Amino acid sequence: MGRLNAEQAVSEAFRSEWGRVVAHLIRVTGNWDLAEECAQEAFARALERWPRDGIPDNPGGWLKVTARNRAYDRLRRTRVGDDKLQEIAKTMSQDEERDDGETGIEDDRLRLIFTCCHPALPIEGQVALTLRTLCGLTTVEIARAFMVPTETMAKRLVRTKHKIQDAGIPYRVPADHQLPERLRAVLVVLYALFNEGYSATAGADLIRRNLCAEAIRLARLLVELMPDEPEALGLLSLLLLHDARRAGRLDSQGDLVTLEEQDRTLWDRAAIEEACALLDRSMRQRRPGPYQLQAAIAACHAVAESPDETDWAEIVILYDRLSQLVPTPVVRLNRAVAVAMALGPQAGLELVEELELEGELDEYYLLPATRADFLRRLGRAAEARDAYVQALDLAPTDAERRYLSKRLTEASI
Amino acid sequence: MRYALFVCADETQELSEEQAQERLEAFMRFQNDLQSRGKLVTWQRLQPTTAATNVRKRSGDLVIADGPFAETREQIAGFYVLECDDLDEALEIAAQNPAAEFGTVEVRPVWVA
Repeated sequence: MGRLNAEQAVSEAFRSEWGRVVAHLIRVTGNWDLAEECAQEAFARALERWPRDGIPDNPGGWLKVTARNRAYDRLRRTRVGDDKLQEIAKTMSQDEERDDGETGIEDDRLRLIFTCCHPALPIEGQVALTLRTLCGLTTVEIARAFMVPTETMAKRLVRTKHKIQDAGIPYRVPADHQLPERLRAVLVVLYALFNEGYSATAGADLIRRNLCAEAIRLARLLVELMPDEPEALGLLSLLLLHDARRAGRLDSQGDLVTLEEQDRTLWDRAAIEEACALLDRSMRQRRPGPYQLQAAIAACHAVAESPDETDWAEIVILYDRLSQLVPTPVVRLNRAVAVAMALGPQAGLELVEELELEGELDEYYLLPATRADFLRRLGRAAEARDAYVQALDLAPTDAERRYLSKRLTEASI
Repeated sequence: MRYALFVCADETQELSEEQAQERLEAFMRFQNDLQSRGKLVTWQRLQPTTAATNVRKRSGDLVIADGPFAETREQIAGFYVLECDDLDEALEIAAQNPAAEFGTVEVRPVWVA
Protein backbone atom coordinates (compact mmCIF):
# COMPACT_ATOMS: atom_id res chain seq x y z
CA MET A 1 0.00 0.00 0.00
CA GLY A 2 1.61 3.27 -1.10
CA ARG A 3 1.53 6.31 1.11
CA LEU A 4 0.16 8.39 -1.76
CA ASN A 5 -2.74 6.01 -2.32
CA ALA A 6 -3.62 6.08 1.34
CA GLU A 7 -3.47 9.84 1.47
CA GLN A 8 -5.65 10.08 -1.57
CA ALA A 9 -8.12 7.68 0.06
CA VAL A 10 -8.26 9.93 3.12
CA SER A 11 -8.93 13.02 1.04
CA GLU A 12 -11.61 11.21 -0.96
CA ALA A 13 -13.17 10.00 2.28
CA PHE A 14 -13.06 13.56 3.53
CA ARG A 15 -15.15 14.73 0.57
CA SER A 16 -17.70 11.96 0.89
CA GLU A 17 -17.74 11.19 4.62
CA TRP A 18 -17.07 14.41 6.53
CA GLY A 19 -20.70 15.54 6.59
CA ARG A 20 -21.89 12.08 7.53
CA VAL A 21 -19.46 11.78 10.45
CA VAL A 22 -20.23 15.26 11.81
CA ALA A 23 -23.98 14.80 11.39
CA HIS A 24 -23.84 11.51 13.23
CA LEU A 25 -21.76 12.86 16.12
CA ILE A 26 -24.04 15.85 16.58
CA ARG A 27 -26.98 13.51 17.01
CA VAL A 28 -25.15 11.21 19.41
CA THR A 29 -23.52 13.89 21.57
CA GLY A 30 -25.74 16.92 21.00
CA ASN A 31 -22.54 18.97 20.98
CA TRP A 32 -21.64 20.72 17.73
CA ASP A 33 -18.10 21.73 18.67
CA LEU A 34 -17.23 18.32 20.02
CA ALA A 35 -18.63 16.75 16.84
CA GLU A 36 -16.43 18.88 14.59
CA GLU A 37 -13.33 18.37 16.70
CA CYS A 38 -13.71 14.62 16.93
CA ALA A 39 -14.42 14.33 13.21
CA GLN A 40 -11.22 16.26 12.59
CA GLU A 41 -9.28 13.96 14.90
CA ALA A 42 -10.66 10.89 13.16
CA PHE A 43 -9.44 12.13 9.79
CA ALA A 44 -6.05 13.00 11.29
CA ARG A 45 -5.82 9.48 12.67
CA ALA A 46 -6.73 8.04 9.28
CA LEU A 47 -3.81 9.95 7.76
CA GLU A 48 -1.54 8.29 10.33
CA ARG A 49 -2.98 4.78 10.21
CA TRP A 50 -4.10 4.08 6.67
CA PRO A 51 -0.63 4.35 5.08
CA ARG A 52 0.66 1.89 7.70
CA ASP A 53 -2.26 -0.50 8.23
CA GLY A 54 -3.93 -0.21 4.83
CA ILE A 55 -7.19 1.41 3.79
CA PRO A 56 -10.13 -0.13 5.68
CA ASP A 57 -12.82 -1.96 3.70
CA ASN A 58 -15.42 0.52 4.83
CA PRO A 59 -13.61 3.85 5.23
CA GLY A 60 -16.80 5.70 6.20
CA GLY A 61 -17.60 3.20 8.94
CA TRP A 62 -14.01 3.29 10.22
CA LEU A 63 -14.11 7.09 10.45
CA LYS A 64 -17.49 7.13 12.16
CA VAL A 65 -16.47 4.61 14.81
CA THR A 66 -13.10 6.28 15.40
CA ALA A 67 -14.72 9.70 15.79
CA ARG A 68 -17.42 8.29 18.06
CA ASN A 69 -14.95 6.55 20.36
CA ARG A 70 -12.95 9.74 20.50
CA ALA A 71 -16.08 11.65 21.53
CA TYR A 72 -16.89 9.06 24.16
CA ASP A 73 -13.38 9.22 25.62
CA ARG A 74 -13.44 12.98 25.77
CA LEU A 75 -16.83 13.10 27.39
CA ARG A 76 -15.73 10.54 29.96
CA ARG A 77 -12.73 12.65 30.89
CA THR A 78 -14.80 15.84 31.26
CA ARG A 79 -17.51 16.43 33.78
CA VAL A 80 -20.27 14.71 31.86
CA GLY A 81 -22.41 12.66 34.22
CA ASP A 82 -22.96 8.92 34.01
CA ASP A 83 -26.50 9.36 32.72
CA LYS A 84 -25.39 11.26 29.66
CA LEU A 85 -22.60 8.77 28.96
CA GLN A 86 -24.95 5.83 29.25
CA GLU A 87 -27.37 7.56 26.93
CA ILE A 88 -24.59 8.06 24.39
CA ALA A 89 -23.37 4.51 24.76
CA LYS A 90 -26.91 3.28 24.20
CA THR A 91 -27.32 5.38 21.05
CA MET A 92 -23.98 4.08 19.83
CA SER A 93 -24.89 0.43 20.23
CA GLN A 94 -28.33 0.96 18.74
CA ASP A 95 -26.70 2.59 15.75
CA GLU A 96 -24.26 -0.28 15.49
CA GLU A 97 -27.18 -2.65 15.01
CA ARG A 98 -28.96 -0.38 12.61
CA ASP A 99 -25.82 0.36 10.61
CA ASP A 100 -25.70 -3.27 9.54
CA GLY A 101 -29.28 -3.29 8.36
CA GLU A 102 -29.33 0.23 6.88
CA THR A 103 -33.11 0.12 7.01
CA GLY A 104 -35.53 2.80 8.00
CA ILE A 105 -32.89 4.98 9.59
CA GLU A 106 -33.05 8.56 8.52
CA ASP A 107 -29.78 9.90 7.25
CA ASP A 108 -28.31 12.19 9.90
CA ARG A 109 -27.18 14.53 7.15
CA LEU A 110 -30.80 15.39 6.43
CA ARG A 111 -31.29 16.43 10.06
CA LEU A 112 -28.13 18.47 9.77
CA ILE A 113 -29.31 20.23 6.60
CA PHE A 114 -32.63 21.18 8.15
CA THR A 115 -31.04 22.38 11.36
CA CYS A 116 -28.33 24.44 9.61
CA CYS A 117 -30.95 25.97 7.32
CA HIS A 118 -33.46 26.72 10.07
CA PRO A 119 -35.20 30.00 9.25
CA ALA A 120 -34.71 31.18 12.84
CA LEU A 121 -30.98 31.53 12.05
CA PRO A 122 -29.58 34.52 10.15
CA ILE A 123 -29.06 33.61 6.50
CA GLU A 124 -25.28 34.29 6.54
CA GLY A 125 -25.02 31.98 9.53
CA GLN A 126 -27.05 29.29 7.76
CA VAL A 127 -24.79 29.38 4.72
CA ALA A 128 -21.56 29.39 6.76
CA LEU A 129 -22.62 26.58 9.07
CA THR A 130 -23.77 24.44 6.15
CA LEU A 131 -20.38 24.83 4.48
CA ARG A 132 -18.56 24.04 7.72
CA THR A 133 -20.52 21.03 8.91
CA LEU A 134 -21.77 19.42 5.70
CA CYS A 135 -19.04 20.31 3.22
CA GLY A 136 -16.11 20.36 5.64
CA LEU A 137 -14.76 23.75 4.57
CA THR A 138 -12.56 25.30 7.24
CA THR A 139 -13.42 28.63 8.84
CA VAL A 140 -10.48 30.20 6.97
CA GLU A 141 -11.79 28.91 3.64
CA ILE A 142 -15.35 30.09 4.30
CA ALA A 143 -14.05 33.52 5.31
CA ARG A 144 -12.07 33.73 2.07
CA ALA A 145 -15.06 32.60 0.04
CA PHE A 146 -17.21 35.37 1.48
CA MET A 147 -14.40 37.92 1.55
CA VAL A 148 -14.61 38.66 5.26
CA PRO A 149 -11.84 38.44 7.90
CA THR A 150 -11.41 34.97 9.45
CA GLU A 151 -12.19 36.45 12.84
CA THR A 152 -15.57 37.69 11.59
CA MET A 153 -16.44 34.30 10.13
CA ALA A 154 -15.34 32.47 13.27
CA LYS A 155 -17.64 34.68 15.34
CA ARG A 156 -20.50 34.16 12.90
CA LEU A 157 -20.15 30.38 13.20
CA VAL A 158 -19.99 30.51 16.99
CA ARG A 159 -23.04 32.78 17.20
CA THR A 160 -25.02 30.53 14.89
CA LYS A 161 -24.17 27.41 16.89
CA HIS A 162 -25.03 29.19 20.12
CA LYS A 163 -28.41 30.20 18.78
CA ILE A 164 -29.18 26.59 17.86
CA GLN A 165 -28.37 25.57 21.40
CA ASP A 166 -29.93 28.52 23.27
CA ALA A 167 -33.11 28.81 21.21
CA GLY A 168 -33.69 25.06 21.32
CA ILE A 169 -33.67 24.47 17.55
CA PRO A 170 -34.32 20.74 17.26
CA TYR A 171 -32.00 18.35 15.42
CA ARG A 172 -34.49 16.60 13.23
CA VAL A 173 -36.24 16.55 9.91
CA PRO A 174 -39.39 18.67 10.27
CA ALA A 175 -42.79 17.01 10.54
CA ASP A 176 -44.74 16.54 7.30
CA HIS A 177 -46.97 19.57 7.81
CA GLN A 178 -43.92 21.83 8.31
CA LEU A 179 -41.88 20.28 5.55
CA PRO A 180 -42.93 22.35 2.50
CA GLU A 181 -42.11 25.61 4.22
CA ARG A 182 -38.88 24.35 5.77
CA LEU A 183 -37.71 22.74 2.56
CA ARG A 184 -38.19 26.10 0.85
CA ALA A 185 -35.83 27.61 3.44
CA VAL A 186 -33.19 24.97 2.64
CA LEU A 187 -33.50 25.63 -1.09
CA VAL A 188 -33.09 29.37 -0.49
CA VAL A 189 -29.79 28.72 1.31
CA LEU A 190 -28.45 26.48 -1.45
CA TYR A 191 -29.47 28.96 -4.14
CA ALA A 192 -27.87 31.84 -2.21
CA LEU A 193 -24.70 29.80 -1.88
CA PHE A 194 -24.65 29.11 -5.60
CA ASN A 195 -25.29 32.74 -6.53
CA GLU A 196 -22.46 33.86 -4.28
CA GLY A 197 -20.09 31.70 -6.32
CA TYR A 198 -21.74 32.61 -9.61
CA SER A 199 -21.23 36.32 -8.99
CA ALA A 200 -17.50 35.78 -8.41
CA THR A 201 -15.28 37.36 -11.04
CA ALA A 202 -12.69 35.41 -13.01
CA GLY A 203 -9.92 36.78 -10.79
CA ALA A 204 -11.67 35.83 -7.56
CA ASP A 205 -10.24 33.33 -5.13
CA LEU A 206 -10.69 29.73 -6.30
CA ILE A 207 -12.52 28.85 -3.09
CA ARG A 208 -15.07 31.55 -3.90
CA ARG A 209 -15.63 30.26 -7.42
CA ASN A 210 -15.94 26.75 -5.99
CA LEU A 211 -19.04 27.75 -4.03
CA CYS A 212 -21.07 26.84 -7.13
CA ALA A 213 -19.69 23.32 -7.02
CA GLU A 214 -20.41 23.06 -3.28
CA ALA A 215 -24.00 24.24 -3.84
CA ILE A 216 -24.48 21.66 -6.58
CA ARG A 217 -22.99 18.96 -4.36
CA LEU A 218 -25.43 19.85 -1.56
CA ALA A 219 -28.37 19.97 -3.97
CA ARG A 220 -27.38 16.50 -5.20
CA LEU A 221 -27.27 15.28 -1.62
CA LEU A 222 -30.70 16.75 -0.95
CA VAL A 223 -32.12 15.03 -4.04
CA GLU A 224 -30.52 11.78 -2.97
CA LEU A 225 -32.03 12.08 0.52
CA MET A 226 -35.43 13.40 -0.62
CA PRO A 227 -35.93 11.87 -4.05
CA ASP A 228 -39.65 12.67 -4.14
CA GLU A 229 -39.37 16.41 -3.65
CA PRO A 230 -39.92 18.05 -7.03
CA GLU A 231 -38.62 21.44 -5.93
CA ALA A 232 -35.32 19.90 -4.78
CA LEU A 233 -35.00 18.33 -8.22
CA GLY A 234 -35.97 21.66 -9.75
CA LEU A 235 -33.26 23.50 -7.85
CA LEU A 236 -30.57 20.98 -8.79
CA SER A 237 -31.67 21.24 -12.42
CA LEU A 238 -31.59 25.04 -12.27
CA LEU A 239 -28.11 25.11 -10.72
CA LEU A 240 -26.76 22.69 -13.33
CA LEU A 241 -28.24 24.78 -16.15
CA HIS A 242 -26.69 28.01 -14.85
CA ASP A 243 -23.40 26.27 -14.26
CA ALA A 244 -23.41 24.71 -17.72
CA ARG A 245 -23.28 28.18 -19.26
CA ARG A 246 -20.49 29.41 -17.04
CA ALA A 247 -17.72 29.19 -19.69
CA GLY A 248 -19.65 31.41 -22.09
CA ARG A 249 -20.78 33.93 -19.53
CA LEU A 250 -17.71 36.16 -19.32
CA ASP A 251 -15.45 37.29 -22.16
CA SER A 252 -11.63 37.32 -22.09
CA GLN A 253 -11.68 40.68 -20.26
CA GLY A 254 -14.01 39.24 -17.64
CA ASP A 255 -16.98 41.23 -18.92
CA LEU A 256 -20.51 39.86 -18.90
CA VAL A 257 -21.71 38.44 -22.21
CA THR A 258 -25.49 38.45 -22.73
CA LEU A 259 -27.27 35.19 -23.32
CA GLU A 260 -27.91 36.28 -26.91
CA GLU A 261 -24.23 36.85 -27.63
CA GLN A 262 -22.76 33.85 -25.79
CA ASP A 263 -20.81 31.25 -27.73
CA ARG A 264 -23.14 28.31 -27.25
CA THR A 265 -20.49 25.77 -28.19
CA LEU A 266 -18.85 26.60 -24.85
CA TRP A 267 -21.87 25.38 -22.91
CA ASP A 268 -21.57 22.06 -21.11
CA ARG A 269 -23.91 19.76 -23.07
CA ALA A 270 -23.65 16.84 -20.65
CA ALA A 271 -24.70 19.03 -17.74
CA ILE A 272 -27.62 20.43 -19.75
CA GLU A 273 -28.80 16.93 -20.59
CA GLU A 274 -28.60 15.86 -16.98
CA ALA A 275 -30.49 18.99 -15.92
CA CYS A 276 -33.26 18.36 -18.45
CA ALA A 277 -33.64 14.77 -17.30
CA LEU A 278 -33.92 15.93 -13.67
CA LEU A 279 -36.47 18.51 -14.70
CA ASP A 280 -38.56 15.88 -16.49
CA ARG A 281 -38.43 13.73 -13.38
CA SER A 282 -39.68 16.62 -11.23
CA MET A 283 -42.41 17.66 -13.67
CA ARG A 284 -43.84 14.16 -13.71
CA GLN A 285 -44.86 14.66 -10.09
CA ARG A 286 -47.21 17.46 -11.16
CA ARG A 287 -46.37 19.62 -8.18
CA PRO A 288 -44.96 22.71 -9.88
CA GLY A 289 -42.98 25.29 -7.92
CA PRO A 290 -40.77 28.30 -8.48
CA TYR A 291 -37.52 26.35 -8.90
CA GLN A 292 -38.98 23.93 -11.42
CA LEU A 293 -40.40 26.82 -13.43
CA GLN A 294 -37.12 28.73 -13.37
CA ALA A 295 -35.30 25.58 -14.41
CA ALA A 296 -37.81 25.07 -17.24
CA ILE A 297 -37.13 28.63 -18.43
CA ALA A 298 -33.37 28.12 -18.21
CA ALA A 299 -33.78 24.84 -20.10
CA CYS A 300 -35.60 26.61 -22.95
CA HIS A 301 -32.51 28.78 -23.39
CA ALA A 302 -30.04 25.98 -22.88
CA VAL A 303 -31.48 23.65 -25.53
CA ALA A 304 -31.82 26.33 -28.22
CA GLU A 305 -29.00 25.92 -30.75
CA SER A 306 -29.04 29.65 -31.45
CA PRO A 307 -30.85 32.65 -29.91
CA ASP A 308 -33.29 32.67 -32.87
CA GLU A 309 -34.39 29.15 -32.11
CA THR A 310 -35.39 30.02 -28.54
CA ASP A 311 -39.00 29.08 -27.82
CA TRP A 312 -40.08 32.48 -26.48
CA ALA A 313 -43.79 31.64 -26.54
CA GLU A 314 -43.12 28.76 -24.14
CA ILE A 315 -40.96 30.99 -21.96
CA VAL A 316 -43.79 33.54 -21.71
CA ILE A 317 -46.17 30.79 -20.57
CA LEU A 318 -43.64 29.66 -17.94
CA TYR A 319 -43.22 33.24 -16.73
CA ASP A 320 -47.00 33.60 -16.49
CA ARG A 321 -47.09 30.65 -14.12
CA LEU A 322 -44.02 31.81 -12.24
CA SER A 323 -45.47 35.28 -11.68
CA GLN A 324 -48.60 33.68 -10.27
CA LEU A 325 -46.53 31.77 -7.71
CA VAL A 326 -43.97 34.51 -7.10
CA PRO A 327 -45.65 37.82 -7.90
CA THR A 328 -42.57 40.01 -7.50
CA PRO A 329 -41.72 42.97 -9.75
CA VAL A 330 -38.43 41.32 -10.79
CA VAL A 331 -40.24 38.26 -12.10
CA ARG A 332 -42.61 40.56 -13.98
CA LEU A 333 -39.67 42.45 -15.46
CA ASN A 334 -38.20 39.18 -16.73
CA ARG A 335 -41.58 38.28 -18.12
CA ALA A 336 -41.64 41.60 -19.99
CA VAL A 337 -38.34 40.67 -21.66
CA ALA A 338 -39.80 37.34 -22.78
CA VAL A 339 -42.96 39.04 -24.04
CA ALA A 340 -40.84 41.48 -26.04
CA MET A 341 -39.04 38.57 -27.67
CA ALA A 342 -42.25 36.70 -28.42
CA LEU A 343 -44.50 39.58 -29.49
CA GLY A 344 -42.13 42.48 -30.20
CA PRO A 345 -40.54 45.32 -28.22
CA GLN A 346 -43.68 47.46 -28.11
CA ALA A 347 -45.55 44.84 -26.07
CA GLY A 348 -42.57 44.57 -23.71
CA LEU A 349 -42.30 48.33 -23.36
CA GLU A 350 -45.90 48.61 -22.22
CA LEU A 351 -45.27 46.10 -19.43
CA VAL A 352 -42.10 47.91 -18.36
CA GLU A 353 -43.96 51.21 -18.24
CA GLU A 354 -46.56 49.62 -15.97
CA LEU A 355 -43.77 48.55 -13.61
CA GLU A 356 -42.28 52.05 -13.71
CA LEU A 357 -45.57 53.57 -12.66
CA GLU A 358 -45.70 51.26 -9.65
CA GLY A 359 -42.27 52.54 -8.61
CA GLU A 360 -41.16 49.41 -6.74
CA LEU A 361 -38.10 48.90 -8.93
CA ASP A 362 -36.95 52.53 -8.87
CA GLU A 363 -33.48 51.59 -7.66
CA TYR A 364 -33.05 48.54 -9.88
CA TYR A 365 -30.76 49.25 -12.84
CA LEU A 366 -32.22 46.49 -15.01
CA LEU A 367 -35.52 48.36 -15.24
CA PRO A 368 -34.13 51.35 -17.22
CA ALA A 369 -31.65 49.01 -18.96
CA THR A 370 -34.53 46.87 -20.22
CA ARG A 371 -36.52 49.89 -21.29
CA ALA A 372 -33.44 51.23 -23.10
CA ASP A 373 -33.11 47.95 -24.95
CA PHE A 374 -36.77 47.99 -26.07
CA LEU A 375 -36.53 51.65 -27.17
CA ARG A 376 -33.37 50.92 -29.14
CA ARG A 377 -35.10 48.09 -30.96
CA LEU A 378 -38.06 50.39 -31.69
CA GLY A 379 -35.65 52.90 -33.27
CA ARG A 380 -36.31 55.53 -30.57
CA ALA A 381 -32.61 56.29 -30.18
CA ALA A 382 -32.74 59.50 -28.12
CA GLU A 383 -35.04 58.00 -25.49
CA ALA A 384 -32.93 54.83 -25.46
CA ARG A 385 -29.81 56.89 -24.68
CA ASP A 386 -31.55 58.62 -21.76
CA ALA A 387 -32.62 55.27 -20.36
CA TYR A 388 -29.06 53.85 -20.69
CA VAL A 389 -27.70 56.85 -18.78
CA GLN A 390 -30.28 56.27 -16.08
CA ALA A 391 -29.31 52.59 -15.89
CA LEU A 392 -25.60 53.47 -15.69
CA ASP A 393 -26.29 55.61 -12.63
CA LEU A 394 -27.88 52.67 -10.85
CA ALA A 395 -25.61 49.81 -12.00
CA PRO A 396 -23.96 48.12 -8.99
CA THR A 397 -20.72 46.72 -10.47
CA ASP A 398 -18.01 47.76 -12.91
CA ALA A 399 -18.75 44.83 -15.22
CA GLU A 400 -22.36 45.96 -15.53
CA ARG A 401 -21.34 49.60 -16.06
CA ARG A 402 -18.91 48.59 -18.82
CA TYR A 403 -21.64 46.59 -20.53
CA LEU A 404 -24.11 49.49 -20.37
CA SER A 405 -21.48 52.00 -21.58
CA LYS A 406 -20.87 49.79 -24.60
CA ARG A 407 -24.58 49.76 -25.35
CA LEU A 408 -24.83 53.51 -24.81
CA THR A 409 -22.01 54.09 -27.30
CA GLU A 410 -23.72 51.84 -29.85
CA ALA A 411 -27.00 53.68 -29.39
CA SER A 412 -25.25 57.01 -29.87
CA ILE A 413 -23.72 56.18 -33.27
CA MET B 1 -37.89 24.34 27.33
CA ARG B 2 -39.60 27.52 28.39
CA TYR B 3 -40.33 30.25 25.87
CA ALA B 4 -41.77 33.73 26.22
CA LEU B 5 -44.00 34.95 23.40
CA PHE B 6 -44.20 38.71 23.13
CA VAL B 7 -47.20 40.01 21.29
CA CYS B 8 -46.18 43.20 19.48
CA ALA B 9 -48.68 45.33 17.63
CA ASP B 10 -49.42 48.87 16.52
CA GLU B 11 -51.55 50.16 19.39
CA THR B 12 -52.73 53.23 17.50
CA GLN B 13 -54.70 51.01 15.12
CA GLU B 14 -58.42 51.89 15.30
CA LEU B 15 -60.90 49.02 15.50
CA SER B 16 -64.68 49.00 15.36
CA GLU B 17 -66.41 47.55 18.39
CA GLU B 18 -67.24 44.44 16.42
CA GLN B 19 -63.64 43.98 15.28
CA ALA B 20 -62.36 44.48 18.81
CA GLN B 21 -64.78 41.83 20.06
CA GLU B 22 -63.75 39.37 17.37
CA ARG B 23 -60.11 39.91 18.18
CA LEU B 24 -60.69 39.42 21.88
CA GLU B 25 -62.48 36.14 21.19
CA ALA B 26 -59.65 34.97 18.95
CA PHE B 27 -57.16 35.59 21.77
CA MET B 28 -59.40 33.76 24.23
CA ARG B 29 -59.60 30.75 21.93
CA PHE B 30 -55.82 30.75 21.54
CA GLN B 31 -55.31 30.89 25.28
CA ASN B 32 -57.92 28.25 26.10
CA ASP B 33 -56.40 25.91 23.57
CA LEU B 34 -52.92 26.30 25.12
CA GLN B 35 -54.31 25.84 28.60
CA SER B 36 -56.11 22.63 27.71
CA ARG B 37 -52.92 21.28 26.11
CA GLY B 38 -50.97 22.11 29.26
CA LYS B 39 -48.57 24.41 27.44
CA LEU B 40 -49.40 27.68 29.15
CA VAL B 41 -47.33 28.66 32.19
CA THR B 42 -48.60 32.20 32.49
CA TRP B 43 -49.78 35.15 30.44
CA GLN B 44 -50.55 38.85 30.82
CA ARG B 45 -52.17 41.45 28.68
CA LEU B 46 -50.65 44.90 29.15
CA GLN B 47 -52.11 48.39 29.25
CA PRO B 48 -51.08 50.51 26.27
CA THR B 49 -47.75 52.35 26.40
CA THR B 50 -49.60 55.61 27.16
CA ALA B 51 -49.81 54.18 30.69
CA ALA B 52 -46.09 53.34 30.79
CA THR B 53 -43.49 55.08 32.93
CA ASN B 54 -39.73 54.84 32.60
CA VAL B 55 -37.38 54.77 35.54
CA ARG B 56 -33.64 55.37 35.20
CA LYS B 57 -30.92 55.90 37.77
CA ARG B 58 -27.68 57.50 36.59
CA SER B 59 -24.89 58.25 39.06
CA GLY B 60 -27.41 58.07 41.84
CA ASP B 61 -29.90 60.51 40.28
CA LEU B 62 -33.35 59.15 39.75
CA VAL B 63 -35.13 60.13 36.53
CA ILE B 64 -38.77 59.24 36.12
CA ALA B 65 -40.30 59.91 32.73
CA ASP B 66 -43.44 59.27 30.78
CA GLY B 67 -43.68 56.95 27.85
CA PRO B 68 -42.32 53.76 26.39
CA PHE B 69 -38.59 53.24 26.16
CA ALA B 70 -38.41 52.47 22.47
CA GLU B 71 -40.00 54.66 19.80
CA THR B 72 -41.11 51.86 17.52
CA ARG B 73 -44.40 51.46 15.71
CA GLU B 74 -45.13 48.09 17.27
CA GLN B 75 -45.31 47.91 21.05
CA ILE B 76 -45.50 44.97 23.41
CA ALA B 77 -49.18 44.43 24.15
CA GLY B 78 -48.85 41.28 26.21
CA PHE B 79 -46.90 38.09 26.70
CA TYR B 80 -47.22 34.38 27.29
CA VAL B 81 -44.81 31.97 28.93
CA LEU B 82 -45.01 28.50 27.42
CA GLU B 83 -43.60 25.07 28.09
CA CYS B 84 -42.53 23.53 24.75
CA ASP B 85 -40.40 20.65 23.53
CA ASP B 86 -38.29 22.84 21.26
CA LEU B 87 -38.25 25.99 19.17
CA ASP B 88 -40.28 24.43 16.37
CA GLU B 89 -43.19 23.81 18.72
CA ALA B 90 -42.95 27.37 20.09
CA LEU B 91 -42.90 28.78 16.56
CA GLU B 92 -45.93 26.76 15.59
CA ILE B 93 -47.85 28.10 18.58
CA ALA B 94 -46.66 31.64 17.84
CA ALA B 95 -48.02 31.32 14.31
CA GLN B 96 -51.44 30.44 15.75
CA ASN B 97 -51.54 33.59 17.88
CA PRO B 98 -54.00 36.10 16.40
CA ALA B 99 -51.36 38.85 16.55
CA ALA B 100 -49.29 37.01 13.94
CA GLU B 101 -51.91 38.24 11.44
CA PHE B 102 -51.69 41.95 12.24
CA GLY B 103 -48.53 42.42 14.32
CA THR B 104 -45.43 40.44 15.26
CA VAL B 105 -44.96 37.66 17.77
CA GLU B 106 -41.43 37.50 19.15
CA VAL B 107 -40.35 34.13 20.51
CA ARG B 108 -37.62 34.19 23.16
CA PRO B 109 -36.26 31.27 25.13
CA VAL B 110 -36.35 31.87 28.86
CA TRP B 111 -32.97 32.13 30.59
CA VAL B 112 -31.97 28.99 32.43
CA ALA B 113 -29.12 29.31 34.90
